[in-house]
Amino acid sequence: MIGGLFIYNHKGEVLISRVYRDDIGRNAVDAFRVNVIHARQQVRSPVTNIARTSFFHVKRANIWLAAVTKQNVNAAMVFEFLYKMCDVMTAYFGKISEENIKNNFVLIYELLDEILDFGYPQNSETGALKTFITQQGIKGQHQTKEEQSQITSQVTGQIGWRREGIKYRRNELFLDVLESVNLLMSPQGQVLSAHVSGRVVMKSYLSGMPECKFGMNDKIVIDKQGKGGTTDEAGKSELGGSSGKQSIAIDDCTFHQCVRLSKFDSERSISFIPPDGEYELMRYRTTKDIILPFRVIPLVREVGRTKLEVKVVIKSNFKPSLLAQKIEVRIPTPLNTSGVQVICMKGKAKYKASENAIVWKIKRMAGMKESQISAEIELLPTNDKKKWARPPISMNFEVPFAPSGLKVRYLKVFESKLNYSDHDVIKWVRYIGRSGIYETRC
Amino acid sequence: MEWASQLCENRHIGSKMTDSKYFTTTKKGEIFELKAELNSDKKEKKKEAVKKVIASMTVGKDVSALFPDVVNCMQTDNLELKKLVYLYLMNYAKSQPDMAIMAVNTFVKDCEDPNPLIRALAVRTMGCIRVDKITEYLCEPLRKCLKDEDPYVRKTAAVCVAKLHDINAQLVEDQGFLDTLKDLISDSNPMVVANAVAALSEIAESHPNSNLLDLNPQSINKLLTALNECTEWGQIFILDCLANYTPRDDRESQSICERVTPRLSHANSAVVLSAVKVLMKFMEMLPKDLDYYGTLLKKLAPPLVTLLSAEPELQYVALRNINLIVQKRPEILKHEMKVFFVKYNDPIYVKLEKLDIMIRLASQANIAQVLAELKEYATEVDVDFVRKAVRAIGRCAIKVEQSAERCVSTLLDLIQTKVNYVVQEAIVVIKDIFRKYPNKYESVIATLCENLDSLDEPEARAAMIWIVGEYAERIDNADELLESFLEGFHDESTQVQLQLLTAIVKLFLKKPTETQELVQQVLSLATQDSDNPDLRDRGYIYWRLLSTDPVAAKEVVLAEKPLISEETDLIEPTLLEELICHIGTLASVYHKPPSAFVEGSRGVQHRRLPARAGSGESSESPDVGQPVGAVPDTPPAVIPSQGDLLGDLLNLDLAPPTSSAPTVTPSMQMGAMDLLGGGLDSLMGDESETLGGDIAGSPAMGAGLASAPVVMPASLGAPVSSGLDDLFDLGGGVGMPTGAFVVPKTIWLPAMKAKGLEISGTFARRAGVIQMELSLTNKAMSVMTDFAIQFNRNSFGLAPAGPLQVLTPLSPNQTTEISLPLSNVGPVMKMEPLNNLQVAVKNNIDVFYFSCQYPISILFVEEGKMERQVFLATWKDIPNDNETQYQIKDCHLNSDAATTRLQSSNIFTIAKRTVEGQDMLYQSIKLTNGIWVLVELRVQTGSPNYMLSVKCRAPEVAQLVYQCYEMVLKN
Repeated sequence: MIGGLFIYNHKGEVLISRVYRDDIGRNAVDAFRVNVIHARQQVRSPVTNIARTSFFHVKRANIWLAAVTKQNVNAAMVFEFLYKMCDVMTAYFGKISEENIKNNFVLIYELLDEILDFGYPQNSETGALKTFITQQGIKGQHQTKEEQSQITSQVTGQIGWRREGIKYRRNELFLDVLESVNLLMSPQGQVLSAHVSGRVVMKSYLSGMPECKFGMNDKIVIDKQGKGGTTDEAGKSELGGSSGKQSIAIDDCTFHQCVRLSKFDSERSISFIPPDGEYELMRYRTTKDIILPFRVIPLVREVGRTKLEVKVVIKSNFKPSLLAQKIEVRIPTPLNTSGVQVICMKGKAKYKASENAIVWKIKRMAGMKESQISAEIELLPTNDKKKWARPPISMNFEVPFAPSGLKVRYLKVFESKLNYSDHDVIKWVRYIGRSGIYETRC
Repeated sequence: MEWASQLCENRHIGSKMTDSKYFTTTKKGEIFELKAELNSDKKEKKKEAVKKVIASMTVGKDVSALFPDVVNCMQTDNLELKKLVYLYLMNYAKSQPDMAIMAVNTFVKDCEDPNPLIRALAVRTMGCIRVDKITEYLCEPLRKCLKDEDPYVRKTAAVCVAKLHDINAQLVEDQGFLDTLKDLISDSNPMVVANAVAALSEIAESHPNSNLLDLNPQSINKLLTALNECTEWGQIFILDCLANYTPRDDRESQSICERVTPRLSHANSAVVLSAVKVLMKFMEMLPKDLDYYGTLLKKLAPPLVTLLSAEPELQYVALRNINLIVQKRPEILKHEMKVFFVKYNDPIYVKLEKLDIMIRLASQANIAQVLAELKEYATEVDVDFVRKAVRAIGRCAIKVEQSAERCVSTLLDLIQTKVNYVVQEAIVVIKDIFRKYPNKYESVIATLCENLDSLDEPEARAAMIWIVGEYAERIDNADELLESFLEGFHDESTQVQLQLLTAIVKLFLKKPTETQELVQQVLSLATQDSDNPDLRDRGYIYWRLLSTDPVAAKEVVLAEKPLISEETDLIEPTLLEELICHIGTLASVYHKPPSAFVEGSRGVQHRRLPARAGSGESSESPDVGQPVGAVPDTPPAVIPSQGDLLGDLLNLDLAPPTSSAPTVTPSMQMGAMDLLGGGLDSLMGDESETLGGDIAGSPAMGAGLASAPVVMPASLGAPVSSGLDDLFDLGGGVGMPTGAFVVPKTIWLPAMKAKGLEISGTFARRAGVIQMELSLTNKAMSVMTDFAIQFNRNSFGLAPAGPLQVLTPLSPNQTTEISLPLSNVGPVMKMEPLNNLQVAVKNNIDVFYFSCQYPISILFVEEGKMERQVFLATWKDIPNDNETQYQIKDCHLNSDAATTRLQSSNIFTIAKRTVEGQDMLYQSIKLTNGIWVLVELRVQTGSPNYMLSVKCRAPEVAQLVYQCYEMVLKN
């Protein structure tokens, strides 16, 4: 199991050091600093073995988090734990930075003592932790016996992510379908790979211990219901942009630990008791029938050894009534670029020498439109034999629909003990499609 | 004053913004100030002071001097302060054990506190204080906490048992905590169950043979129920524990799989990977024709692909595991090639792993796409990645024949870029392509030759030389090219030298007239001017071969080469099986068994996959049932070839016999020559194969290390197999009355090869005389007469002391037993392996040759007991470099029994020392040729593993001595 946990700043100074196992000596702290943080060559693996001691590290901004062990631990678990620890810290004091860590080091030690025992991760749900690890550190004394046992049963219980007795005057929930669409396209416009990785993020403000059921246009479910398609007909045009797909094929999905997995496995229904506040209900991935919101058509021509002509056309491919936002096209330029002239029909384009790229920004663009940029790049003559690698043109954008075609069909709330019903809950649904790694080779 | 004002500020801002100041104080006399503050009456001030102490501790300052002052703060009802003091205690208690006792009272009191959080905190912290005196006091509170009414306390106490076990295993057993822990597996609270499972699994690891976890269908059922209810981490503990279970039959296996599969949809990647591990393992037991088997295979792919959208570090772990899974069950991901395409922004470690998997998944169906991708990658920036991509193109050509042409032209394009490392890498892979498709792509040789000068890496140079030698007849200036390499012969690496030697010999055999001078030059460079034994050996072999029989030389050197394998870097099957059982763990990331990187006994037990149910199925995967422990035994036949050393040694210690060697009668010498001539076929046969092996192994010479030991024994196997067998088939030895161990007879010469004469035999040392015990069986139709025997020269000068006495003619189907006494004054020549003996047996029909290996113990003389003083001096005198260490596993003798048994084989124990439960035996051995071998044998009470250190002036014999120990101790 995890033998110790260290946090360093960018210089390699230790901010937090907690050793759980006897086999990890003080010199392990220095070994990591010397061999990884100060290493002459950048370390090429997130797992490093130094003198029979294994170090797992992740970096958040300038901060290094390292877990140390001498045993054959579950490596996936260690990384999941490190991420989880970042989440917990962020939930407690915001951004992970040297200043925040120094300001909260007592809290961090307290958390580390609670969520990692002898190197075994324990309950690390912020909701539960916040009931008894507080920044004031005084809550412990003023609790009644009932409160105390409520805390312990929540921390260890089956529903470790929610406490009893939550009350809201207005029962409300927000559902965001956030998708990132990834594309790799050849210069000729052939899709080399495309997939959508989506997340359903929920903010729930519900009283009591509500039982929820979530439904979407999952192909397997729809097909099972037989001719369910006719009832969905009306909702077809509701979802902008999508070409009226009734159901989508989900390649795979994963769920927050509140979802009953065995029920999903047997009936494919998603039922759960939600945590309070914001959390990620599910993640999913689709690869079939993806709506690619933009198409990039590059044209690069080398004019002699010192000049390059670039023309890039982008076409929006969704309903004209919808607007894409925050569009950014990044056209890489060779390292020996000396000057760039750009002409674009829409938006603003700039050559950024420090980033070796022309960045073209468009605030808004409706569907079924196209726009163009052309640039002349002057090059310095070089002796470098190696040709310019021509990195792909990448794109960023945000569209108000789900490129996978996913639709929320329902989210039902049942709470038998309290007197509110599914109808009383105010529900909000929103779809946002963003670009993931959206690249076209040129 | 400064503090007071800061504190006032705190009140306003809220304490959260101020902790960083503790990091900044670096004044002199700080400790003194802190001491004063710690003893302050004001609670706030005390707390502030403890915070400062903790901050100093974090940055590595020694604040242990404050121990009593900090411990004084422990008695408080302020939980935050209490936690800080505990943190300090955990760090420094070990250095101040006596002071730490002061804390015990508070702990014991806290364990009775009405607040469960405080009870748990106390028992958790107490377990982390590794002071013997404290652990005694821990037992009672721990016992109470294990039965506490509050689950939070119980789950903490469960882990505490593992802590205590780590400090004092005996205490845990004596106090009966293990049973209480086992009971917790049936606890009503899932988290208590999960922690109990984790604790028990860890404890069980240090007791490999105990049935601590006692997994049976009932307890498995409990675990599976808890699996649905506990936290993500608890699920991991339970799944990892389940993976150690072996189901009774395929039905149980299926039902567990069915209940584990829902975990594949968990958001936590570690849960998913651990579930994959359980499924991969239990799947092994399912019959392949079962519908469920197919369903399960299909279910595995999507979650594995999903892992690739996790954070990069997890992607890396996932990819390393997928690499294993793809090797074990290629069908799972064969349609998922695209997800392994490299993204421009992937971290380099993800890119390299993806590329590896792409090569494994490449097939005719997807080769076009793969090639297009690889071509892109070959233009990227990162040198390692580009190299790997170029190499991958070559692998594709070899794997998918249809694509070979396209791959070659892609490689040529890449060579045109003139980027140095791309060119070199391309040449290395083109060589392999030539191997795979001979006489097909020679047109590119001209282009390759243009780049000769730019090659500066040994691997590329060796590859280029190989190409020139192989196609010497078609390259007009092959001799000039090779000659140009010859100029700096001694500066080249061994790899290049060997290749150059072979290439020039090839050239000579193809164009003998023009290149005689060249070949002589290289032969003399290799044999006379080189210190490298490999090179010299190869040089001598060629030389002798060329001078005796050029036709045979041609057959050997220009022989058709064995096929080159399509897959490279494959993990050896038994290791792969073990790694599959470790999916998700560090072992699967390193692709090494845990024993390779974990110290001590923990986790070193080998895991293996269960055998498939149904008898018909088991034959399908014969490797499954094989004990993993057998692996390390296979390759020891190779002895480090330090010929000159042994020569020295023989000259020194064996003066009489060596000097007598030249005076052997002419007939005797003729016989020896004869033998050599006859034996040469088999010798050269295997030499040419190893040459081939050299080349075959090279497709990924980076991995050469991994593949070499696997290839070598196979190629050596044929000619010496009988000898090897008798070394390794040691089971069921028959103890002789004298007590010295004798290997059972094995067949040395099968009847098939000797016109009906079958010879089996063994060696023994009886009353100071070396005996070769032979059984001659006539399996032919006619009577055999006129038997005679001769030995080739060998390392220790063994020779028959008398003629082979077969008194009566051997009639068909008759067997005769003969004991042939041997002397050790025969001619000496170093053999490979050292204990190899080549024998010629003649009868009225023909002369037959075979080789066998004798256990070195027959050379141990009776007067091998060294004086203590002499032993000490000699031990010191022999340089440490000559010391070799071995581990003898699974030997259950105590040191006295071992002593007696070794003594009967003339291994004499001179002294015995016992240090910390470890018996050290000092032993000496004298060989027939006067070499002394000194041995230190360490026997740990209670551990089945012995450590053997062998020191000898002739380190070559160490391996043989080790084998002998293995043999004597285990039979």
